[in-house]
Amino acid sequence: MTKNKQTLTITIDGKKIAVEEGITILKAAEKAGIYIPHLCAYKDLIPHGSCRVCSVRVNGRIQASCVQTVSEGMVIESDTAELLEYRRMIVDMLFVEGNHFCMFCEKSGHCELQAMAYRFGITAPQFPYLNPNRDIDLSHPDVFLDHNRCILCGRCVRTSQELDHKNVFQFVNRGHKKRLEVNAKGLAETDLNVTDSVVNACPVGALMKKRVGYEVPIGNRPFDHASIGSEIEKTEGERK
Amino acid sequence: MKPRIATCSLAGCFGCHMSILDIDERILKLAELVDFDRSPINDFKHITTRCAVGIIEGGCCNEENVHVLHEFRENCDNLVSLGDCAISGGIPALRNNIPLEECLETAYLNNPGIYNPSGIVPNDEEIPMILKKVYPCHEVVKIDYYIPGCPPPADAIWDVLTALLEGRAPVIAYDSLKYD
Amino acid sequence: MKQALEKIVAEICDSFGNDRTRLMDITTAVQRRFGCVSDSAIDLIARAVKTHRVEIESLVTFYSFFSKEEQGKVVIRLCDDIVDWMKGYQQIADALVKELGISIGETTSDGEITLTRTPCIGMSDQAPAALVNDVAVTYLTPERAVKMVRELRKHLDPHQLVTVLGEGNNSNPLVHSMVRNNIRQKGAVLFADFESGTALKRTLNMTPESVIGEIKASKLRGRGGAGFPTGLKWEFASKTKADRRFIICNADEGEPGTFKDRVLLTERAEMLFEGMTIAGYAVGAELGILYLRGEYSYLFSYLNHVLETRKNSGLLGNSIMGKQGFNFDIRIQLGAGAYVCGEETALISSCEGKRGDPKNRPPFPPQEGYMGCPTVVNNVESFCCASRIMIEGAKWFSAMGSPRTAGTKALSISGDCRRPGVYEVPFGTKASDLLELCEAENPGAMLIGGPCRQMIGPNRFGGIICYDDLATGGSIIVFNKARNKLEIAEHYLDFFIEESCGYCTPCRVGLVLLKKYVRKVVSGAGEPQDLDKMLKLSNMIVSTSRCGLGQAAPNPVLGALNNFRELYESMVSERKHGLQPDFDLTSAVVDSELFVGRRSLYV
Repeated sequence: MTKNKQTLTITIDGKKIAVEEGITILKAAEKAGIYIPHLCAYKDLIPHGSCRVCSVRVNGRIQASCVQTVSEGMVIESDTAELLEYRRMIVDMLFVEGNHFCMFCEKSGHCELQAMAYRFGITAPQFPYLNPNRDIDLSHPDVFLDHNRCILCGRCVRTSQELDHKNVFQFVNRGHKKRLEVNAKGLAETDLNVTDSVVNACPVGALMKKRVGYEVPIGNRPFDHASIGSEIEKTEGERK
Repeated sequence: MKPRIATCSLAGCFGCHMSILDIDERILKLAELVDFDRSPINDFKHITTRCAVGIIEGGCCNEENVHVLHEFRENCDNLVSLGDCAISGGIPALRNNIPLEECLETAYLNNPGIYNPSGIVPNDEEIPMILKKVYPCHEVVKIDYYIPGCPPPADAIWDVLTALLEGRAPVIAYDSLKYD
Repeated sequence: MKQALEKIVAEICDSFGNDRTRLMDITTAVQRRFGCVSDSAIDLIARAVKTHRVEIESLVTFYSFFSKEEQGKVVIRLCDDIVDWMKGYQQIADALVKELGISIGETTSDGEITLTRTPCIGMSDQAPAALVNDVAVTYLTPERAVKMVRELRKHLDPHQLVTVLGEGNNSNPLVHSMVRNNIRQKGAVLFADFESGTALKRTLNMTPESVIGEIKASKLRGRGGAGFPTGLKWEFASKTKADRRFIICNADEGEPGTFKDRVLLTERAEMLFEGMTIAGYAVGAELGILYLRGEYSYLFSYLNHVLETRKNSGLLGNSIMGKQGFNFDIRIQLGAGAYVCGEETALISSCEGKRGDPKNRPPFPPQEGYMGCPTVVNNVESFCCASRIMIEGAKWFSAMGSPRTAGTKALSISGDCRRPGVYEVPFGTKASDLLELCEAENPGAMLIGGPCRQMIGPNRFGGIICYDDLATGGSIIVFNKARNKLEIAEHYLDFFIEESCGYCTPCRVGLVLLKKYVRKVVSGAGEPQDLDKMLKLSNMIVSTSRCGLGQAAPNPVLGALNNFRELYESMVSERKHGLQPDFDLTSAVVDSELFVGRRSLYV
């Protein structure tokens, strides 16, 4: 069953690294202690390639590193002024597209979108707020879905399908009207259970467990002192 | 002459001003470095002399806020949006996707517990007109620097202020850059 | 009523084998039968094809020809492309709104007629035009529009609106359409006479490898616009190890201003199907799919009939032309109003009965396409060319055209010209020659290749049509000097916002933000730095978007910025006092003034 995988050599930001064939650039970089910022990529789910935060230059062309697999001799640029600017623009876009009120959000301090903005040193979004009118689904006894905070990354869609073997979520509509929908009139009518993996899959505060918000005091939350991705970069430091 | 600082609070809760005071003993040093012009601290009603730094708390929710912002922009070299409300509209901006009429009716007429038998929505000429939505300050006038947070950490305020007074580009340290 | 719904939906699903991959057909049938795909219908379909209801809802809400709310028995879709605007869209819209007593997007209170807008329906040479259910109504005037509504009110049968038939096969009883071909110039490849079976006969005397060799030698490149070498694509698909392979013809001609495929489908269906069959033989496929855009559904019966005839003559089916082991069949997949489905991976998603979301690339379709199998996706014109190459030979074909682009190109020319229509010209033809051919009126700009490509000014009219200079999938729109180029750019930006699938952030959000900048500048509130912001944002969307739609969507703005920058510059100015020019206090307090019933003392 297990076939020996070949080792390939690729270059990321001038650093030559040996990687096994078949893995994505994002994972290869991670194993080498290089953090490529990303939002829609999650665990071992089938890559979505939708947020585009993980965009890198591959042999001169911009590609999503969560989707693109490695090939021999690939030259990848990630930490460039151009890409940092594009990533920042994407994060700004996600902030203005929804209604993100960090000051009262239960996810604050744990939120990957917020953490990404902290990492990029964003003090205010460069784009005008779109202030969309969106719903909140409180029907489920243990879980809520606040569409105001949804960034359409599809992590819940895929986690429900691939890990929970259910199909609680899917996208409806298209373009800027695209939104998340559940497989019933409301969350309560779906087969979602509070113990499902999907409940922890949301990078932002859109899909959350009820009654557990603000449990961790300010100062002790994951991104209060350490930036997102620093755990990957730290590993590299220890190797040195 | 010492550089001057002006501050104001628009559609905010004065929490950001509290955070200014939260710089603790450094406030003495600040008093050495600067003079305060228009500010809730001294209750000057208008800016008297050109200021090096203007600090705005709160979003822009009514026409008086717009006039204050114009005055600050006109009279300050550097304008700083202080806190989430100034930057995004904050909690008052929760009304931004609700029609104004519905907001006012809910606030003054229909909400449970309201006693308003004559059904009057406050409408004195002295009361400034409310805007159709709460604007971030930078959508009304140009803003030079932003210090996010609800409220922003005192260290962030101190770092930005001292940098501006010393002519350096302000940088907020990771631990002080917060949106909550 | 409910029982009727249950019964009919079950029958429809059954007629497509309760096959999840045929959801486009199932949904189309339900929409036609009930004027909507209601929540109840969604539940029933989900049960029949054994999937989750939200998956069906996802599909239904993606395509603009499907709706969850009940539409009128007759749906008038007024084409709102820029060419239609130039030819009087607004007056027709006004006349319809007045006559029907409803706004655009609404249905009359008796539930009979719905009025809505739709992007380019492939009738720019006979604009203004509309689709009335599946009947194309062309050369509209306000008077004709009013007359049309009055007739519809009598019989609710759009087919009765067709009294004068178009030329050629448009008058075939199975087409029965007023649409005109307007073929203005016939070239040596596409509009030459064609006898069914001749290309196939020569093909079947060769090995599949040598057929691919012939196509490669002809230097044929994809006619959809991207220009990928066709032979190479076929070779990739043939060499990918697989049990099944597929041939798909992209007849989702959605690029605004393009209509040449409509004419080829009408007049050269045999040539097209033969080309697909040749491809099937070359790559070892047994099934071909013609993905026909929903706007052209009036051609469906006719095209199906052509397929039947070919089957009966042994040109399709098993052991084609007596060749043992060569079995190939073609089915038609109808689209349902989604421009993005012209992108080949989105088109494949749609053929599989899903939302028209593009797929991640790589893998590319020749490696992993329809149902995960190697798939060749080519444009209508490319397959037609392949047929002709197999008759006349690669040398004959490659001798035509410009040094690096072989053959001829079918162009759809419309806009400010006296002779709009289809022109088959050799590659290498100058833009200025096209202006002369179509008798352009005081030309100030040309949109070459539709909004996804570029708008050029007179300084580039000397350029030539080919992949290295002025590349086009076929669309050429001429604008006279009086046309406002910034308004045109904004119009097309709206089009892309509407047609984005919404999958990736830069395209979904970036375009909406780009539109805000453009509006700000066009409304006179722009400052010089806004132009830089527009440029930066456009480049970012182009660079980071996931598919060709997003990568091309800023082109109208970029084109205007690059080729007509002085126009934008004349509209922006630096503001004093650091105020934001697009903040307007007067309009910000209007709601408040209305509510309290007095004017502000300060504005």
